[in-house]
Amino acid sequence: MSSATAGRPPGRTRSTASLRHRLAERGIDVSLLMLLPALVIAIGLFVYPFSYGIGLTFQPTPATQEQWGGGVLANYLAFFKDPFVFNSVWLTMRLALPAALFNVLASVPMAFKLRKRFRGKKLLTTLLVLPITLGTVLTAQGLLIFAGRQGWLNRFLIQVGVIHDPLHLVNNYVGVFLSLVISGFPFAFLLISSYLSGIDPSIEAAAKTMGAGWGQRFRRVVLPLLAPGLATTFILTFVLAFSVFPSARLVGDASGATRVMALMAYRAFGEQTDYPMASTIALMMGVVELLVIALVLLWRSFLYKGSTGGKG
Amino acid sequence: MAAQTVVTPGTDPASTKKVKARDAARVPGERSLVASPTTWVVWAATAAFFVLLIGILVSVVVDSFGKSWFRGWLPESWSSSWYKGAWDQYGMTQIIGVTLGVAAAVIVVSVVVGVPAAYLLARRNFPFKRAVTLLFLLPVLMPPITYGIPLATVMYNLDLSRTLTAVILVNLVPSVPFVIMTMTPFIEQINPAIESAARMSGARMRQVFTKILFPLLVPGVLASSILVLVRTVGMFDLTFLVSGPGTDTLVVAIYRAMTAAGGGEARQLISAMAVVYTATMMVILIVALRFVSPTQLVARVRESRED
Repeated sequence: MSSATAGRPPGRTRSTASLRHRLAERGIDVSLLMLLPALVIAIGLFVYPFSYGIGLTFQPTPATQEQWGGGVLANYLAFFKDPFVFNSVWLTMRLALPAALFNVLASVPMAFKLRKRFRGKKLLTTLLVLPITLGTVLTAQGLLIFAGRQGWLNRFLIQVGVIHDPLHLVNNYVGVFLSLVISGFPFAFLLISSYLSGIDPSIEAAAKTMGAGWGQRFRRVVLPLLAPGLATTFILTFVLAFSVFPSARLVGDASGATRVMALMAYRAFGEQTDYPMASTIALMMGVVELLVIALVLLWRSFLYKGSTGGKG
Repeated sequence: MAAQTVVTPGTDPASTKKVKARDAARVPGERSLVASPTTWVVWAATAAFFVLLIGILVSVVVDSFGKSWFRGWLPESWSSSWYKGAWDQYGMTQIIGVTLGVAAAVIVVSVVVGVPAAYLLARRNFPFKRAVTLLFLLPVLMPPITYGIPLATVMYNLDLSRTLTAVILVNLVPSVPFVIMTMTPFIEQINPAIESAARMSGARMRQVFTKILFPLLVPGVLASSILVLVRTVGMFDLTFLVSGPGTDTLVVAIYRAMTAAGGGEARQLISAMAVVYTATMMVILIVALRFVSPTQLVARVRESRED
């Protein structure tokens, strides 16, 4: 991209006309300058800090070096050898994968039901989207109060006689999972219903005319058209769930089942001010996350890629 | 062939006949009143979701007005002192001011920077276009913490940490790509012939932008601004890494109060702050939804048609 911006016609050289013409044929002209501010921001605030962070991972603090050895690679040794740090990879995956899958799978039938026209559709859609406004912190607070030991939920279940002892819904894995569903489901639902509305209903109507039943229509017509959208939604929900951090601390069990990578990275950054180690954990977090995304994209590349009869 | 089709309904079991009768009774295109089992499951799950949501919301609101509430269905007595406390102790006016100010700055910058970039990516072909697209896509695909920590380290080195500038800059990283991503489908929908006509009539690029494209893009700009607003006000991870006293946004301030040393603040005080946060967000979103349909927020698609 650097040549794209650097290679724009230098206005004062002699052969301007022909050079400009030749460059314009390749798609390079002055209007590419419109890309410049966005590029400056992306490079200055994303690429540069990121490469700086990668450099930092090879400059371990003396303390890390002393404990784990290995010279410039001490941070990585610490990451892979310290079970306290390394297990957080597994803990994060155990939380993010099921939550993202649940959100995507639950929003598909929901989006289907809301595709038809009925009274109160707009209201219901709005209600389903509104939880986006709750924010992780309020969700955490609400879960602690509502689903806690003395909360309304347990109180009600005990009075009805379903259970005898209060359920443990907060300060553990379940609490964080619930908060991920509350924040992730509306988002997944919004995306999937917009993908679904991009599928031309007349395709389905055609299948119906030819005698395809509900199941056949779903499996053979809608699902293949929706699958790329499902993959995208899964990726975006997964990113959300993977980077869970405040709720892991607030409604989770920060030293046990929900000691996620983001929490470890922040601990190294904010509490131990060990910037090299923090960057290492952050970098490994990105690597693990991008691996999952790459797998999903690989799967997606085997799917139908044509038009969905609309925007999709 | 025709004889067969006439015969088959007669040999069908009684249940199918009943369904057929019900089908016949209603106007084509109308749904039956008795829903299928899948519908029931979906609605039951939705109901459970709403019970959880409403429970969470109501219990926080009740808690924020209660004097003390540890056991029992409701608090023993009511008061609004927690709100006053939040205002006095935390300077909520300033926190809300910072939150909205940061959001406004992020929206303006990311729209001004993002829309032209989205235009080029949607309309033009140029060398390294794929690389540029990937560069804009990456921050959206990565967890904020992964690039937030190196970025915050750079900010610390530049002595920018805990300043308003840092908070705004950090929030720009996901917002600019976000505007580019949401604007691209909107731009693709505009017929290029309109621009060509304007260009033929002698309009310059800037005029094309201000007189032709921008008016057509207003819904898209509105939609992406709303999304950026909601994201920035709700953005915890990035803001938390670089903000400090005086530059905390509302979410971060609540988190800090919840995790403050010594077991945190009184629960009701935090509830009061959380209620203020949600009320702000809901007002923003409800106002926004009056202008943009929720599915349009993601990509401008046709509203579902009758089949």
